[in-house]
Amino acid sequence: MADLAPAAALAAHQRVGALSWRRLVRSPNLVMGAGIVLLVVAAAGLALQIAPYSPIDQAFSDQLQAPSFTHLFGTDEFGRDIFSRVIYGARIALIIGVLADGISAGLGVVVGVISGYFGGRVDAVVMRVVDVMLAFPYLLLAMIVVAILGPSLTNAMVAIGIVYMPQFARVVRGAVLAIKEQEFVEAARAVGAHTPRVLRRHILPNILSPIIVMATLTVGFMIVETAGLSFLGLGASPPTPEWGSMLATGRSYMLTAPWIATFPGLAILVTVVGFNLIGDGLRDLLDPRLRGRQ
Amino acid sequence: MLKYIGQRLVQLIPVLVGVSMLVFFGMHLVPGDVAQLLLGEKGTEADLQRMRHQLGLDQPVYVQYARFLVGALHGDFGVSLRTRQPAIWEIGQALPVTIELSLAALFFAIVFGLLIGAMAARYPHSPLDTGSMIGVLIGVSMPVFWTGILLLLVFGGILGWLPLGGILDEGMDYHRITGMPFLDGLVTRNWAVVWSNFRHLILPAVALGAIAMAAIARMARSTMLDVLGLDYIRTARAKGVAERRVVTRHALRNALLPVVTLIGLQLGLLLSGAVLTETIFALPGLGRLAITSVLARDYPLVQGVVIIAAVVFVLANLLVDILYAYLDPRIRYG
Amino acid sequence: MNHRMGWRLLVLLLVATLAPLGIGKWAAAQAPKTLIIAIGADQTGMDPQTVENNESGFVMSTIYDSIVNYKPGSSEVGPGLAESWTISPDGKVYTFKLRRGVKFHDGTPMNAHTVAEDVDRAINPKNPCYVFSRKVPVDTYDDFTFGSAKDGTVAKMDVVDDYTLRFTLPKPNAPFLSSVAMIWQGIVSPAATKKYNCDAGQHPVGTGPFKFVEAVRNDHVTVEANPDYWGGRPKVDRIIFKVVPESATRMLMLERNEVQILADVPPSDYARVTGNSKLTMYKQPGLTILGVGMSNDIGPLQDKRVRQAMNYAVDKEAINKGLYGGATTASQGMPPVLWGVNKSVQPYPYDPAKAKALLTEAGYPNGFPVEMMVYANPRGYNPVGGAKLGEAVQGYLTKVGVSVKITQYEWGAYLQKLRHTQWQGFAICGWSGDNGDPDNFLGDLFEYDEAAGAPRTNDCGRHHSPEYDKLMVQGRQTTDQAKRVQIYEKANQILHDDAPWIFMNHTNQVRATRANVKGFLLNPLQMFFHMERVSLE
Repeated sequence: MADLAPAAALAAHQRVGALSWRRLVRSPNLVMGAGIVLLVVAAAGLALQIAPYSPIDQAFSDQLQAPSFTHLFGTDEFGRDIFSRVIYGARIALIIGVLADGISAGLGVVVGVISGYFGGRVDAVVMRVVDVMLAFPYLLLAMIVVAILGPSLTNAMVAIGIVYMPQFARVVRGAVLAIKEQEFVEAARAVGAHTPRVLRRHILPNILSPIIVMATLTVGFMIVETAGLSFLGLGASPPTPEWGSMLATGRSYMLTAPWIATFPGLAILVTVVGFNLIGDGLRDLLDPRLRGRQ
Repeated sequence: MLKYIGQRLVQLIPVLVGVSMLVFFGMHLVPGDVAQLLLGEKGTEADLQRMRHQLGLDQPVYVQYARFLVGALHGDFGVSLRTRQPAIWEIGQALPVTIELSLAALFFAIVFGLLIGAMAARYPHSPLDTGSMIGVLIGVSMPVFWTGILLLLVFGGILGWLPLGGILDEGMDYHRITGMPFLDGLVTRNWAVVWSNFRHLILPAVALGAIAMAAIARMARSTMLDVLGLDYIRTARAKGVAERRVVTRHALRNALLPVVTLIGLQLGLLLSGAVLTETIFALPGLGRLAITSVLARDYPLVQGVVIIAAVVFVLANLLVDILYAYLDPRIRYG
Repeated sequence: MNHRMGWRLLVLLLVATLAPLGIGKWAAAQAPKTLIIAIGADQTGMDPQTVENNESGFVMSTIYDSIVNYKPGSSEVGPGLAESWTISPDGKVYTFKLRRGVKFHDGTPMNAHTVAEDVDRAINPKNPCYVFSRKVPVDTYDDFTFGSAKDGTVAKMDVVDDYTLRFTLPKPNAPFLSSVAMIWQGIVSPAATKKYNCDAGQHPVGTGPFKFVEAVRNDHVTVEANPDYWGGRPKVDRIIFKVVPESATRMLMLERNEVQILADVPPSDYARVTGNSKLTMYKQPGLTILGVGMSNDIGPLQDKRVRQAMNYAVDKEAINKGLYGGATTASQGMPPVLWGVNKSVQPYPYDPAKAKALLTEAGYPNGFPVEMMVYANPRGYNPVGGAKLGEAVQGYLTKVGVSVKITQYEWGAYLQKLRHTQWQGFAICGWSGDNGDPDNFLGDLFEYDEAAGAPRTNDCGRHHSPEYDKLMVQGRQTTDQAKRVQIYEKANQILHDDAPWIFMNHTNQVRATRANVKGFLLNPLQMFFHMERVSLE
């Protein structure tokens, strides 16, 4: 899970370049996770071909039908085909996962590198800010950010991305601190290499692996949390087939038409399991301490 | 040790000031007029002006912040705009419930996390190991609100084994002391209250603790596998110590350390998870108070809730660090 | 120790261990008759003059009486604390004769002096507990009912004798009597107001059928029977209002008999109630209206033909059946449960061809792109929330070429945008009646304030028709009900033709109870009035 990531990712100091296909393929977690994620990507990419119906066309005459051969996952209260909506929803879930994660990791790297590399007062100030954000209940922070920006899917992604930044920043800072003191970095600085060059050539490549591990482990978290915001009515605008909002609006039908909420829930579950498996696999491979344990 | 604690407490001050600024200015950036929201559809333009004036919204923002900060230092977060009760009173009503729920969730997570982790490590690569690790993986991947709804529906609705939410059965002879019925029941020997509260806490604690439990189980498994491969365990085994004793006495103890770190990390998640869990299980806690007040733009209450939650969070983390120092003899603080 | 002794000990031990469970059971058998009502959110205070939300009203309607009360199951006014009343021929003077021998729950006698003392804080700026000078502003209907001291429209109150109270209005205002009956004008013991420093919101003391016992924030409110109630002792001993936010949970609780009444039932659960012989569903057309407001003054929608086309383009029947569990389709500015409705006006039928024709005539043969504002949360007049209605309407409008882009706002931001910006396009509009008077719909929702030169605050579509506005003023100054009926029928015809909204529906007020709950009545005002009549068989 996401919060395992800091500890584990810290330990993952193997260079990403050292990975070979043969090793990748030999990790059962990685293979299974990649399989699941590829499936989701395929569903997203081929949504037009796979989905039997439009995800947004309504027909009240077909409303609330149980799963059958015409509607594999049944229909919702607008008579829309849930299967088609789940398939199209894969696109949105992937965008959310990757973008929110990107924002989070991107901001986290910038903040973490600044803090770790320059140290001293800069570090103290930046880390206090990070502490403030960590002490703030993150879902409330996300709610406030969304309330400021106005509720929309994009803003929900941005909010979740911002709110999770401190976790990345801490991991990156730790990794930078560890590497900064190593001989080759000291050597580079001694021969007069400029800061940007040291960062680009020596620091960044060496902290890449903990970032990658943590980023894969948190994709699922991003999807789940954005769904949580949708659950509170602060996410996607209707009629977007976003899994979280499908789950949220479908829950009032849990007693009479459970399929409305069940299938998007399963879709979230499967996707997140997929990303977590990849993350686990990568961590095992990139972290020599953990290797061979599985 | 005392000096260390003192230092840590001093460090908390800038963090809490930062939190207060973040929440204050954050809430003021939110579009939409508080006065308007209070009035709803009803009320005229004149009502609106009257309210804005009464709320002090026509004053400069920094004046408003200064007022807020001075109040907060005295434990006065102002008066809730929705209920017109002191914000601190509203928080006092809700906080014990959330603390009780979080402790129950933590208890569940630690006990079952360690149990599952230890079992899996004891029989690595067995079906037991694989099965429990798959279960754990699903546990970390389920959205909290989804787990909650399913648990409620299955155990509360279909099977009818457990209550459908709330904190106590209606009409119990319960007198509030701390606001945690379980504790109050124990103190006053009111077993009916203890039992009722226990039954009401099971499902929300499981829903809320599921993610932490899964994380702990994974961590415990891997550290125990590490430890079980170490020399002194081999020595213990060679000495003929029973395998069970090896696992419980030697390995588990050492596996606790990283788990303690993990608990510190999970605390933030628990507090935030409580927001959704309390809504689904109709628990009158801080999380639900937070949601209703953010949505109602009840900013004195939002500010109070956030600051109190931050205080609880940092203090709990401090506690975890102290516990860590206590457990790990290698660490000594100034 | 002999065998007998051993057995006794065993029995004793058994009793001791089972005691916590067993005593609970016995206690339940002899327990007072408790009625539990599930509500979706907590009350925010129980001082009638300082709150406006439904949940507070639910609780208060069991604790308080007003000077006049609504008749059981009706929005018509009947006796309350006043046994009888007279209205002067010019419609300005209302004289109330109060009941004798009634006491507040705290023992304070109810008479013209104590009632006046409570009402005084609504109308007298010099009263130390004046509602409008409270430090934290309050939601109040006081100015709505009695007028405002600020602009000199406030009513004058006189204590004529110990049991006679007189109000003199500056100008005739026919809805006054209905307004006095609202739960928001429930009478609080002045002793309690004094005792709690002008704020008895968490310690309510009234004259009603139930007395306040306790309120646990976000969990429950308990009230117990008032044996001395002037309307007869309540048939149940206690009522507990239990706060349960999730509708599915509330339904399961009713099915398990953990609660006996649901304050609201979402349309998705209607079938589950009607299909269960142990449950009873109560349903009546609500005192509400719901529609999609259009910007009457700017954009393509300022053309009346386009607005009518929108009304033809949406299959309102299908939406009302599919999403609202069979709500009454709207055709004019107010619900048919109210007097003054024009029965000859029918809803716009679903006719996309006609819509297309009207659009072509107006110069938009290919439709136009337009924006729609929605909110997510359910409202009393819109149990499924604004977003779902918007979604459904969007589906239909697309079919006549009008492509709608929906933006969802959080409720606070939504109200702000709706009222204070010159928005263009569609917005979800709705209203729950306050006092059961037609003016409370037609005037509030569709009138342009000619004096101020602006639409009234809740004229959601910024509707402006001088002819219509004249009728509204006339309606308020007329006391003869038959004449008022004519005025409002005419106004409704104008509204229908102007089509300021896509008239959607009047949501049903739906409640569910266990079948053994007898004597329960819905009231169009949605409150739990006359709960003293309810019994558990």
